[in-house]
Amino acid sequence: MKHEAFDVIVIGGGHAGCEAAHAAARMGTQVALITLDATKIGVMSCNPAIGGLGKGHLVREIDALDGLMGRAADRAGIQFRLLNRRKGPAVQGPRTQADRTLYRLAVQEILAERPDITVVAGEVADLLMEGDRVRGVVLADGSEIAAASVIVTTGTFLRGVIHIGDVSYPAGRMGEQPSNRLADRFSALNLPLGRLKTGTPPRLDGRTINWEGLKSQPGDPDPVFLSFLTAEVTAPQVSCGITHTNERTHEIITRNLGRSAMYGGRIEGVGPRYCPSIEDKVVRFADKTSHQVFLEPEGVDDPTVYPNGISTSLPADVQAEYVHSMRGLERSVILQPGYAIEYDYVDPRALSLDLGVKAIRGLFLAGQINGTTGYEEAAAQGLVAGLNAAQFVRGREAVHFSRTDSYIGVMIDDLTSRGAAEPYRMFTSRAEFRLALRADNADQRLTPLGRAIGCVGESRARQFETKLAALDAGRAHLAGESWTPRELAAAGFKISQDGGRRSSLDVLAFPDVRFADLVRLNPQHGETAGEIGEQLWRDALYAKYLDRQTRDVETLRREESTRIPADFLYEGVSGLSAELQQKLSRVRPATMAQAARIEGMTPAALLLLLSRLRAPRKLRDAG
Amino acid sequence: MDTIYALASAQGKSGVAVIRISGPRAHNAVRALAGDLPEVRRTSLRNLRDGDGGLIDSGLVVVFSEGASFTGEAAAELHVHGSRATIAAVLRALSMRPGLRPAEPGEFSRRAFENGRLDLTEVEGLADLIDAETEAQRRQALRVLSGALRERTENWRERMIQAMSLLEASIDFAEEDVPEDVLPEVRSLLLALRSDLHAELAGSAAAERIRDGFEVAIIGPPNIGKSTLLNRLAGRDAAITSEIAGTTRDVIEVRMDLGGLPVTILDTAGLRETGDVVEALGIERALQRARMADIRVVLSDGTRLPGVEIGPEDIVVRAKGDLHEGSGAAVSGLTGAGVTELLARLADTLSSRVANAGLAVQERHRLAIGVAVAALNSALARLNDEAEHPEIPAEDLRRAVYALDALVGRVDVEQVLDRIFSSFCIGK
Repeated sequence: MKHEAFDVIVIGGGHAGCEAAHAAARMGTQVALITLDATKIGVMSCNPAIGGLGKGHLVREIDALDGLMGRAADRAGIQFRLLNRRKGPAVQGPRTQADRTLYRLAVQEILAERPDITVVAGEVADLLMEGDRVRGVVLADGSEIAAASVIVTTGTFLRGVIHIGDVSYPAGRMGEQPSNRLADRFSALNLPLGRLKTGTPPRLDGRTINWEGLKSQPGDPDPVFLSFLTAEVTAPQVSCGITHTNERTHEIITRNLGRSAMYGGRIEGVGPRYCPSIEDKVVRFADKTSHQVFLEPEGVDDPTVYPNGISTSLPADVQAEYVHSMRGLERSVILQPGYAIEYDYVDPRALSLDLGVKAIRGLFLAGQINGTTGYEEAAAQGLVAGLNAAQFVRGREAVHFSRTDSYIGVMIDDLTSRGAAEPYRMFTSRAEFRLALRADNADQRLTPLGRAIGCVGESRARQFETKLAALDAGRAHLAGESWTPRELAAAGFKISQDGGRRSSLDVLAFPDVRFADLVRLNPQHGETAGEIGEQLWRDALYAKYLDRQTRDVETLRREESTRIPADFLYEGVSGLSAELQQKLSRVRPATMAQAARIEGMTPAALLLLLSRLRAPRKLRDAG
Repeated sequence: MDTIYALASAQGKSGVAVIRISGPRAHNAVRALAGDLPEVRRTSLRNLRDGDGGLIDSGLVVVFSEGASFTGEAAAELHVHGSRATIAAVLRALSMRPGLRPAEPGEFSRRAFENGRLDLTEVEGLADLIDAETEAQRRQALRVLSGALRERTENWRERMIQAMSLLEASIDFAEEDVPEDVLPEVRSLLLALRSDLHAELAGSAAAERIRDGFEVAIIGPPNIGKSTLLNRLAGRDAAITSEIAGTTRDVIEVRMDLGGLPVTILDTAGLRETGDVVEALGIERALQRARMADIRVVLSDGTRLPGVEIGPEDIVVRAKGDLHEGSGAAVSGLTGAGVTELLARLADTLSSRVANAGLAVQERHRLAIGVAVAALNSALARLNDEAEHPEIPAEDLRRAVYALDALVGRVDVEQVLDRIFSSFCIGK
């Protein structure tokens, strides 16, 4: 059987796959989304939350480009919290606890709205290749689907193996088969593969938890959403509970360490340091007698509770024993034991900045297959792969994100230049231009780009224009009025009397001044709507640093704009150590900026590269 | 990559001259001149011939292999007789070889830097070592060349990253079991760091003096023997002396090595009220230089000098000790009496000043450390008020680390994260 031809095929219906399919469709291409089970599209297979520090930034950026994750999360949100609320706006991250069912349904609905996305249920067994170019896929039943471009988002399914204590079996996710034939194909294509692992905690039946006396954590009274488009909460709101491990819990775990898949030596993959199993925590931080455990409801109509903080690869009976040792969980019932999963990933240094495989034209990879962890990281890559697969199909230039414009740019640059020695998760500290890359201005940073390449729809564009006009007007108003020190003091602002006149924008940058305080100078500012005023304040707060960062951004842009030809010969560049030659040949950095971030790169080596790039004739003479 | 060559020893006539060659064709060039390629790193006597087979000289040849030479490239040294004609003939023979060209100034060091054999501070140390004229300069340059400044910078940087990791942990892992209040520790780390950087900056003034020399001004009323003393110190007639008051109009400088320290002695116009326009200009200049000098040696006849403030470390001596009796130290440029004592006292004073010399020898080092201190100050100011916005001092710290990196390397967020992960239990 032969299917009709598509422009773009997306393999996998997880967070990367959905975002990729939607992005490619927004760009005007015909998309086939192939997944084993169409009802599982948009499933959250790990913790029931979207957003967070760094991650919330990614979701806002996806949203600014009209992606689906933020909208779906807001529809499913059962507890909204802005993390780091007491810290500065640049490091605040919106996060929501999402109802697992509502989220899945929301994603499926949003995808169904697009007639240009066809969902195909089936297992992809192989890629159709023509020389170094991908031409489509072959399904397990032998049928073929042709397409100009293929995006692989198979998550943990490549040679996935689940470990529960001393029991191990192949699986892509609990209860689902792994994709081993595709992994074989990648091996045959000489893609560099590595092995990682991640884990989940046991799932508890919330009806058997004694919530009495447990600390509870409610959502924010004034919810901050993940999408710029969301105006109000739609799902019922719940609280999370908090309990703690104790010395007895730790004693049980220590006594059974030998039966843990990880400590028993049955797992070779590298796990993320920032999401360690409870075994890891107990061993590495032996002096701590207690660890925090968040009890997160998985849904409004679902009794399942996700105990965040105790992921494990211990046998089921030990899991039951240590869970029961915790306050409130004494009689809780485990619905599904926790497990560790090991899987193959592709070293992302084999990818270009557009997430295309360097060696194979038309083939893109996104999500956990590239060594990342987290829904948001996966979705953001899906978006980039989707946009670029469409650009590729149309013969247009790739869309690149930069460290200077987005967390997406930071992540892709990190992955493609440094690889993923452990599962890669976003942190705000990874972004050197953190003060400029805020969740609140993601739309100003990226929506214009999205408009230019054509992935942002009309209604969002209109809303964005309105907001931008209000911001510009507000800023001009503040910059256009100024006050003497005496006037400022009279209005209750602390200021030395020797300075000159200050504009309202200057005043806003004073410590401890908020936008609402400006009303004391000029009552008209009371009319500037809340979020607009807030954002003007955020810009003013960092103004001094933003100016300085702008100069750094220019430096980086210059470095980024110095492109290194894809066929540049590092071998024989005398002065480059053999180790660096090998590294550079493997990574093939696209720009000087990328080369600079390769581990072990010295300023001297960079200088050398730069001089070679500027004097190509000399290079040949050296022969 | 071109192969470069240059005379490595001083220009002019000498017993032996060393010509250095570096680059991919260095060994070929040696083979062509010496007839064969001697064993690596072994001095070998060879007849050196030009392209026509004519004998230039007989000299020692040393060959270095790639990765085991000063520049990191294949290299060689030719030790030949140091006549201008021999040197010229060898250089001419090298210039005839294809792919060889004369080195630009500093190009050997530059290649050593580009090949990772030296870092920036070490290159600077090397340049200073080559320029060293005195023992203190040699010691200081050698310390920098051997990477002492790099090691010190690495230590500061390490501590800065420690502070950053604490701050970043409180930002990125707000929801986790990180210590509640990291600020006191961050503050104490930064305060200690700032005082170390201050000490380095304070020591840099002395380091700069070691590198560029001290200035000692001889001042006093006219015709009291300042120029005679200078000539005695110089061991030659550097300044004109006469019986006529006001003979010295311009400032005369003599460089000397005083207990290993480079010192420039300044002879200045005698200080007095004058109607002579040219002399007045000379006196103005004398006062200006005297004020800027590190130490003033005042030749005194007991009268007060107009326009100069005498500091506690300045040296006041009775002039013309051979003519006038009196109490206190006296000196006579004419007989040399008291000169040894004067020099000993100067050397003492100066060496106590360099006792705490830092490693930040160059203006560049001082600027970078200055930027780091400014950033630390800004961070500390922010940390004092509640730290509602820890991302702002974190940004200051990032800047401080970049400033230090300008000296040697570059920061890496992975290092910050590494530190976080090795110190805290992260993850829930």
